[in-house]
Amino acid sequence: MNQQGRPTKPVEVLAPSPSTFTGNRALRIEEALIFEIGRPEVTGVDFDEPTDFAARDFDSSLGGLERKAPIGLPGLAEPEAVRHYVRLSRMNYSIDAGLFPLGSCTMKHNPRLNEKMARLPGFADIHPLQPQTEGAAELIYRLSQWLCELTGMPGVALSPKAGAHGELCGMMAIKAALAARGEKRSVVLVPESAHGTNPATAALLGFRVEEVPARADGTVDPVEVKKHLSPDVAAVMLTNPNTCGLFERDVVAIAAAVHAAGAYVYADGANFNAIVGKVRPGDLGVDAMHINLHKTFSTPHGGGGPGAGPVVLSAALAPFAPLPFVTCDKEGARLVSQDENLGERKPFGRMCAFYGQMGMFVRAFAYMLSHGADGMRQASEDAVLNANYIRAGLQDLMSLPFGDRPCMHEVLFDDHWLEGTGVSTLDFAKAMIDEGYHPMTMYFPLVVHGAMLIEPTESESKASLDLFIATLRDLALAAKRGDTARFSGAPYYAPRRRLDETRAARQPVLRWVKPEPVQEAAE
Amino acid sequence: MRYLPLTRQDRGEMLARIGVAAIDALFADIPPDQRLTRLPDLPLSKSEIEVERELGRLAAKNVPAGAVPFFVGGGAYKHHIPASVDHLIQRSEFLTSYTPYQPEIAQGTLHHLFEFQTQVAMLTGMEVANASMYDGSTATAEAVLMAHRVTRRKKAVLSGNLHPHYRETVETVSRLSEHVTAVLPRAPQGEGDILAAIDGETSCVVVQTPDYYGHLHDLRPIAERAHAVGALLIAVFTEAVSLGLVTSPGEMGADIVVGEGQSFGNALSFGGPYVGLFASRLKYVRQMPGRLAGETVDAEGKRGFVLTLSTREQHIRREKATSNICTNSGLCTLAFSIHLSLLGEAGLRRLARINHANAVKLAAMLGAIKGVEVLNRTFFNEFTLRLPKEAATVVDQLARRGVHGGVAASALEAEPQELRHLLIVAATEVNTDADRASYLKALQEVLA
Repeated sequence: MNQQGRPTKPVEVLAPSPSTFTGNRALRIEEALIFEIGRPEVTGVDFDEPTDFAARDFDSSLGGLERKAPIGLPGLAEPEAVRHYVRLSRMNYSIDAGLFPLGSCTMKHNPRLNEKMARLPGFADIHPLQPQTEGAAELIYRLSQWLCELTGMPGVALSPKAGAHGELCGMMAIKAALAARGEKRSVVLVPESAHGTNPATAALLGFRVEEVPARADGTVDPVEVKKHLSPDVAAVMLTNPNTCGLFERDVVAIAAAVHAAGAYVYADGANFNAIVGKVRPGDLGVDAMHINLHKTFSTPHGGGGPGAGPVVLSAALAPFAPLPFVTCDKEGARLVSQDENLGERKPFGRMCAFYGQMGMFVRAFAYMLSHGADGMRQASEDAVLNANYIRAGLQDLMSLPFGDRPCMHEVLFDDHWLEGTGVSTLDFAKAMIDEGYHPMTMYFPLVVHGAMLIEPTESESKASLDLFIATLRDLALAAKRGDTARFSGAPYYAPRRRLDETRAARQPVLRWVKPEPVQEAAE
Repeated sequence: MRYLPLTRQDRGEMLARIGVAAIDALFADIPPDQRLTRLPDLPLSKSEIEVERELGRLAAKNVPAGAVPFFVGGGAYKHHIPASVDHLIQRSEFLTSYTPYQPEIAQGTLHHLFEFQTQVAMLTGMEVANASMYDGSTATAEAVLMAHRVTRRKKAVLSGNLHPHYRETVETVSRLSEHVTAVLPRAPQGEGDILAAIDGETSCVVVQTPDYYGHLHDLRPIAERAHAVGALLIAVFTEAVSLGLVTSPGEMGADIVVGEGQSFGNALSFGGPYVGLFASRLKYVRQMPGRLAGETVDAEGKRGFVLTLSTREQHIRREKATSNICTNSGLCTLAFSIHLSLLGEAGLRRLARINHANAVKLAAMLGAIKGVEVLNRTFFNEFTLRLPKEAATVVDQLARRGVHGGVAASALEAEPQELRHLLIVAATEVNTDADRASYLKALQEVLA
C-alpha cells in the first residue's frame, strides 16, 4: 500500500566499503537508460523492406501525413536488450525472491501453471472481435459461476480492469438503480479506514463523501452509520475484512439499516482472500463487491498491474450490470455486447472496450480449479493463521492499536511502541530492506498512527514466518535500545540508498531529454 | 495442496502458540448465522495435469489468430512479438513485484517506467506521458475528464468515427459523472464536419486517427479551431504502429494524446490485459491521472527513480484526486517498452511501412472484386469495404473457409442500417502473399 505522500530525505552518508571504478557491486550492476545505450539505426527485429512499393504509394494513401521528423527512439540489438532488462530486473524485490508482507496488497505466490495456461494460443492468440471463440465465452461463463458461488451473489460484471475500476462499476450500478427508482441521492458514506480509491470513486460520480469514524476497536459502529443515514444517502462503502485486518462483525446490522434507508451496501473486496469458503458477502447483505483477481486469485501483480476487478452484484443491482455480459443456454455460453434483446436487463453502459482482462481470467480460473472449494477455504484459513502467528510472535514488543484480539489475514501495529526511540515507522521499514524483506504497508490505514500493516499470506511456511518474526524482534529490540544508526541511514545494502522524493516532486523530471551539445568556447 | 506449505503439524503448533484451540476461533467475529458450515458447491482441488487438461480443452475450442489468414483489427491487432519479450517479462523480479512503493528495492520497475514514459512521449510527439492506464478506451475517458478539469467546462465533442467501444466508455462515465457528450454522426466514408461542432462551451474535442474506419486525419485545423475557443484537442489512436509512419498528434497540435499500446509486445488475449497510453502537454501534468515516475538522486548522489507528483492521486488526495486509478498496466508497459526498444527507430519505421504496404496491396486486391468498394482514400493498415452482402454473414462464411476477414461494422453497433454492409479489414506484417491470396479466393466465393 501507499506511503508516497511522505517524502523521504537523504541522510548522512557512511561509506561502508571501497568504491569501484564502474560503480558496480559485483552482481549488482549499474545500468544506463536505453536512450544512453541505444542508437537510432540499430534494431533487434529483422524485417525486409516492403517490395514492389514506391515512395509515391505512401504519399497518396497517407494523405500527405507521412512523418517527416525523426522520432528519436533508440534501438537495441537483442543481446543488448536482454542484458538491459535483466540488469534492471535485478534491482527489484519480488515475491518469488522473498516474503512480501505488504498489507492489503496480498502478495501471494503466483503459480506458474497459470502463466502457462494463459499463454495457450487458444487464449493468448485470440482476438476479441474474431469468430470461433466459443471456448473463451465458456471460460468466462464458468469463471462467473465460480465467483457467484463463492460470494453468494446472483450477478457479476466481469469487464472492470482493476479493483478501482470495479469500484467505479459497482457505484455506477448503484447510481443507475437509484435513477431507475426515480431517485437522485447525493451522499456516500465511507469509513475513515477505507482505501483512498473509495472516496475517489464516489467523488468521480459526483457524490459527496461523508466519513464515518471508527469506534475504539477499529470497526464500524452501526449506531454511527445510522446517525449518518438519510434519504440523501446512496450507499455505504464498506471494506470487509477492513483495512485494520478486522472483520466488521456488525455488517449484517449495518446492511439492514442501510437497506431500510433505501441505500445500497458497496463492499470493497480487496480483502476477500481472508474469508473465501468461510462466509459469503451475499449472505451479509452486500449489494456490490469488486474482487481483485490479482489479490485473492493470485494473478501476478507485475510491478503494478495489470489487475482485474470483476464486480459481483445482488439481485437488486444485477439488472444494471454493464455490457458486455455472458449468458448460457442450451447452445452454450455466449457473450452479449450490444444493446438489443436485453429482456429484463438495463445495462448502465460500458466500462471499457471488449470483455475485460481475459488473460487474468484464465490465470484466476486456473487458480480456482487447482485449489478447488477445499483448497480455497484452506488458503483463507492459512492466511489468517499466518497473520495471527505473526501477531502472537510480536505483540509483546510492538503495539496493537486495538488490543489483543485475533486479526484476519493481516495484522496491524501502530508506532506507539517506537515513542522516544527516535525511530519512525519509515525508518523501521527501511531497516527491514537491509534484512532482505520487503517492508509492510506503512502509514495506512490512516486511522492508526504510524501504521504497519503486515500480510504474510498463505504462501509462507512456518520456517519462513519464524525467521521473519525473529528478524522483526531483533529490529524492535535494536530500536528500543537506541541503535538508531541501523534505522536512520537504512537501507545501506539496497541498490539505492534513500531517494530524494522531495526533489523529484519539486523539480519534476518525468522523461529523458537529449542533453544539449556542449558549446565550443568562443574564440 | 501444492501451493500451501503449512503441514497439519505446523498448523497445530501455530494455533497453540496463538493460544486458540481451533482455526474457527480466529473467525469468531463472523456472525454465527452467516458462517458457512459446508464447503462451497464447487469441485475439489485438482492436480496440474488435470487443470492443464481441462483448460486445454477450452482453449482448443478457439481458433488462434496465428492458425489462419488473419485480418481482424478494430482496436486490437495481430503483430509479431519477438521471442525475447515474453521471456523477459516473465522474469520473477518483474512478474511478481508490486507497484514500486519502496523505490530502493524497485529501481528496475521505476527505471523502466521512466523509459516507457519517454518512449510514449516521443512516439506521440508530446512533452510528458504517464506510467499507463488500463487500456485505450479507459485512457480516452480519463482524458475527457482531465480536459473538463483543465477547462472547467463540461461538454466533450466526440468524433463519430471514434471506436464505438471507446465512445460508449466515454459516454458512460460522462453520463454518470454528470458531464455532457455531443457525439457527431458516423462517417464511414471519411471526414465528418468536426469544426462546426466546436463551440464556446466545448471542453474538448476527441478525434481518432487512424479512425475506426481506417481514415487518417489532419488534426491541425481541428486543433486551431479548438484552441480558438479555449477547448483542448484529444487525439486517440488504437493502432500504435501507425505512429511510426504518420505525423504524430503532438506535431499536429493535440493537447492530450491517448491510445492503445497493445500492438507493441502484448498478445491479443481476447481483449485484455492491454496498455493505455496517456500523454499531454507539460503544463497540464498536475491534472493528469495515473502514476508518474520521475528522476531524482539517492543519499549518495546516485541517479534513481521514484513515483512522483502523487499528490494528484487517490491514496493521498482521496475524494479530491484527479482519478480513482490505482493499479496501471505495469507488466504490459514492460512488454511494450521491450518490443519498442528492440525495434528502435529504424525497426519501427520499417515495421510501419510493411504494415501500410500490406494494407495497400490487400485493398487493391479486394477492391477489384466486382461489387466491392474500398471506402478509404487514406488509411494506414486498416480500411473499410462496402460489400454487396451483409458483412456479418460474410465474416461467418469466410471463417468457415478458414479466413478471419475482418470486423463487421454491425458487430459493434447494430444501428444505423448503413453499417450492415461494411467490413473493416486490417493488414499487418504477419500477413503473407499466400494469406492475401486465400482471402481473395474466399471472398470471391462468398460473394459469388
